Amino acid sequence: MAEDWQNGGFGLYIHWPFCEAKCPYCDFNSHVSRSIDQSRWREAYLSEIDRVAALTSDRILDSVFFGGGTPSLMDPDTVAAIIDRVQRRWRFANDIEITLEANPGSVEAGKFAAFRQGGVNRISMGVQAMNDRDLKRLGRIHTVAEARAAFDIARGEFDRVSFDLIYARQDQSLADWRTELTEALSMAIDHLSLYQLTIEEGTAFGDRYARGKLRGLPPDDIAADMYEATQEICDKAGMPAYEVSNHAKPGAESRHNLIYWRYGDYAGIGPGAHGRLTLDGQKQATEAWLNPAKWLEERDKGQPEKLRETLSGSDQAAEMLMMGLRINEGVDLGRFSSLGGTLNADSLDFLVEQGLLVVGNNRIIPTPSGRMILNTVLQKLLED
Amino acid sequence: MTNLAHIRNFSIVAHIDHGKSTLADRLIQETGTVQDRDMKEQLLDSMDIERERGITIKANTVRIDYKADDGETYVLNLIDTPGHVDFAYEVSRSMRAVEGSLLVVDSTQGVEAQTLANVYQAIDADHEIVPVLNKIDLPASDCDRVAEQIEDVIGIDASGAIQVSSKTGQGIHETLEAIVQHLPAPKGDRDAPLKAMLVDSWYDAYLGVIVLVRIMDGVLKKGMRVKFMSNNTLHHVDRIGVFRPAMQVIDELGPGEIGFLTASIKQVRDTRVGDTITNERNGTEKPLPGFKPAQPVVFCGLFPVDSAEFEDLRDAIDKLALNDASFSFEMETSAALGFGFRCGFLGLLHLEVIRDRIEREYDIELITTAPSVIYHVYMRDGEMIELHNPADMPDLSKVDHMEEPRIKATILVPDEYLGDVLKLCQDRRGIQMDLTYAGSRAMVVYDLPLNEVVFDFYDRLKSVTKGYASFDYQMTGYRQDNLVKMQILVNDEPVDALSVMVHRDRAEMRGRAMCEKLKELIPRHMFKIPIQAAIGGKVIARETLSALRKDVTAKCYGGDATRKRKLLDKQKAGKKKMRQFGKVDIPQEAFISALKMDS
Ligand SMILES: Nc1nc2c(ncn2[C@@H]2O[C@H](COP(=O)(O)OP(=O)(O)O)[C@@H](O)[C@H]2O)c(=O)[nH]1
Ligand SMILES: C[S@@+](CC[C@H](N)C(=O)[O-])C[C@H]1O[C@@H](n2cnc3c(N)ncnc32)[C@H](O)[C@@H]1O
Ligand code: SF4
Ligand SMILES: [Mg+2]
Repeated sequence: MAEDWQNGGFGLYIHWPFCEAKCPYCDFNSHVSRSIDQSRWREAYLSEIDRVAALTSDRILDSVFFGGGTPSLMDPDTVAAIIDRVQRRWRFANDIEITLEANPGSVEAGKFAAFRQGGVNRISMGVQAMNDRDLKRLGRIHTVAEARAAFDIARGEFDRVSFDLIYARQDQSLADWRTELTEALSMAIDHLSLYQLTIEEGTAFGDRYARGKLRGLPPDDIAADMYEATQEICDKAGMPAYEVSNHAKPGAESRHNLIYWRYGDYAGIGPGAHGRLTLDGQKQATEAWLNPAKWLEERDKGQPEKLRETLSGSDQAAEMLMMGLRINEGVDLGRFSSLGGTLNADSLDFLVEQGLLVVGNNRIIPTPSGRMILNTVLQKLLED
Repeated sequence: MTNLAHIRNFSIVAHIDHGKSTLADRLIQETGTVQDRDMKEQLLDSMDIERERGITIKANTVRIDYKADDGETYVLNLIDTPGHVDFAYEVSRSMRAVEGSLLVVDSTQGVEAQTLANVYQAIDADHEIVPVLNKIDLPASDCDRVAEQIEDVIGIDASGAIQVSSKTGQGIHETLEAIVQHLPAPKGDRDAPLKAMLVDSWYDAYLGVIVLVRIMDGVLKKGMRVKFMSNNTLHHVDRIGVFRPAMQVIDELGPGEIGFLTASIKQVRDTRVGDTITNERNGTEKPLPGFKPAQPVVFCGLFPVDSAEFEDLRDAIDKLALNDASFSFEMETSAALGFGFRCGFLGLLHLEVIRDRIEREYDIELITTAPSVIYHVYMRDGEMIELHNPADMPDLSKVDHMEEPRIKATILVPDEYLGDVLKLCQDRRGIQMDLTYAGSRAMVVYDLPLNEVVFDFYDRLKSVTKGYASFDYQMTGYRQDNLVKMQILVNDEPVDALSVMVHRDRAEMRGRAMCEKLKELIPRHMFKIPIQAAIGGKVIARETLSALRKDVTAKCYGGDATRKRKLLDKQKAGKKKMRQFGKVDIPQEAFISALKMDS
């Protein structure tokens, strides 16, 4: 019998927890460290790959993703060694996607060729803003010119290069964003991630926000306008959203992220990495130690998992719904109920009636306005 | 038993924070009543809430033995009374049990509104009064000015005022001497039939109801059978004692003495404050002039946030009522809030204290609805209905007219804030009755409708005067006015728990303010929500809460599945704190916050 995860595929996430500087909005597990013992990290990743592969060796691997932090700071040799080891442990899908997140600085630009030679076939670049004043306010250490140069080099090496922008920034108007986005689209190849700035607790921005010191953020209504403008402009440019914040030309979607959203299985390797692995028929949620030194230490002792819990059927169903309603194809109700998920029937009727959801072909899909208020929609659907 | 000439009974009257409790502590300590090692601050404020808020809610008493400079040993009985206006009634009855008062005035502050209210009660009870100027250790202390103010404003001789620091202990000895020298000894006839005043009573889990008594005539002994004259109930006295301040059992209490008795009484309600206690047979002929029981003046609904906790709430309220005869309650059903209780209180502080105790001691989260006063609704057919709850307002076509309770409010305020205070009183439909000066402080007297005061008047007063005003009030009676019931409709449905009685001329303003507040308090929903205020069928104010446009999380990767699932669980818990009205969730705090006015 096929297991549920096969509907989403199987991927490997590799977390590199270091950056050159910490951005004030960022709550990813990223640290600034002066001395990084690349060879020690390489060994740790390799043995971790061996450990995880022993649990899942019979699978076909659809994707590998080097995320961070700033994995473009990794030694290209390390990246190559990791890919090599991965290839020895699993069978690769014919069209395997191997992505590496890169910051658009000059150092990184010089490494792209080596990354490609090591096996990387897709780059996701954090451009974030298209003017230098805003890059500065976001704490970024590159300029727009550097980003453009890095992007050009990357696209010379790779067929698939995506980049990220953050909008609804301080003092950004709706008109500013429209202009910026149009400019970005003229540079884009076939994939773009467009994130509304989120003020995260425990970040420098979060702190300033709590103290009322983060001024000029667009009000909620303007941010909503920006999101709507994003849909309109990208649709026209032939890069519609396939997920809340991700846009691609048809066929150019990120396969790796689709594994998450389709609620497939993924192994998480590296500090703070999360995984979802179906082992002996049970879906396990894993979480590795967050602190890099602690992770290395525990890895040396045998395994760096901080937590592993078996997810109940209804937890899995809830997660599948939370992830799946973010993408255009929505969620298969058959899959959902066979995991043991139940939807609040009154809520479902109400949401359909309000034009926030459509149900058809045994799938449930949010409408554009439903997607915008997905948190509330989910909460309603999962009400007791 | 103590010789009458060696007894002094007194109370301490003071404005809040002028040092009543601290002075009591010093008196207790100086006389060695409590060993130093058992000394903790604010000995007489025993309840948690009293300690935390620094207020005395119930009357407390302590018996102090004092060896005076004249070589004689005296028994001093102190009754500590609440200072807050809500409990003015408790003060008045305690005053009848003693012969004198220490009038404590903070010598850095001077006379305040509660000083006045309380000292007039002492004067009414024919007390001998010894002024005490406290906090002389502070640099801002100005005894001459404050003594002069006492003479000017209160009209009593302050030339013999004692200068005290309850902090350093300076003047404590002089205070004890003044109690002995200047306060009168009680009178009484040991050989007459027993005549004892029931001063107060409260429930104790081990001993049942404890009755605080003052013996006027005769002797109260353990084992006696006594009669409570108001209801002719008979009781067997199984314990007699005094407070030091811990309970100490003794065999008898004679004339002039203050102590307690227990008699296996189960409910505080079976004991009437002010009652006369006498012998079962051949008792006294003439009971003491009785007190009227304290009447609740402020009413509100208390509902459990979690409707499953209704029975727990009933339990909690039953238990609290056992010990508080002035608190009334009856079951209430609200279309919006389900089952709860309509409760009556002596005032807002009393309301808050009871609500806090239910939430804290019984761990029940509550929704409190808008406080209301008692309106007199005169019907066309001549009947008069007491309206405690706007939801019960009868059909207007049958109503002839309505009356509302009024108060006489006394406010003392530094000159510079006078303008703001007058404006506040004026805005609340007040009528100025008097304006005089006591030094650089103005004393204003206003006739105000109680319903304009019960809610947030005191908070507003504190805020416009930066805390420098003091306030006290007395109920004066009922007066007819143009009152209407204002309903609030959320998403076109009336929310009964938000209905309020308002003056017709103020209805638009209040309606607008409430709609605006609710617009802020109710979270955006998936649809737009009209919020309206209406009188009868007529809408007088309206706001629209626009629909939620966007709340989706921008980025969501592999690790976020867990995080999002937890967030969703948290939102579910958050929803429990809301009440559903039709399709709209209203947060529990909205029921009170919606009423707060910014001016
Ligand atoms: N400096 C000084 N502070 C005092 C004195 N008497 C009381 N206090 C302080 O004044 C505050 C109010 O005193 P408290 O006895 O609680 O006042 P009550 O509200 O009248 O019972 C407390 O912080 C006391 O410590 C005094 O003689 N000198
Ligand atoms: C793992 S992060 C960063 C990758 C890379 N280190 C960089 O900064 O370019 C992936 C993307 O998330 C987005 N992001 C991070 N924090 C964000 C926030 N607080 N609000 C919105 N987007 C955010 C940024 O666009 C970022 O490129
Ligand atoms: S946004 Fe990217 S570069 Fe900045 S701290 Fe986060 S992971 Fe590092
Ligand atoms: Mg006190």
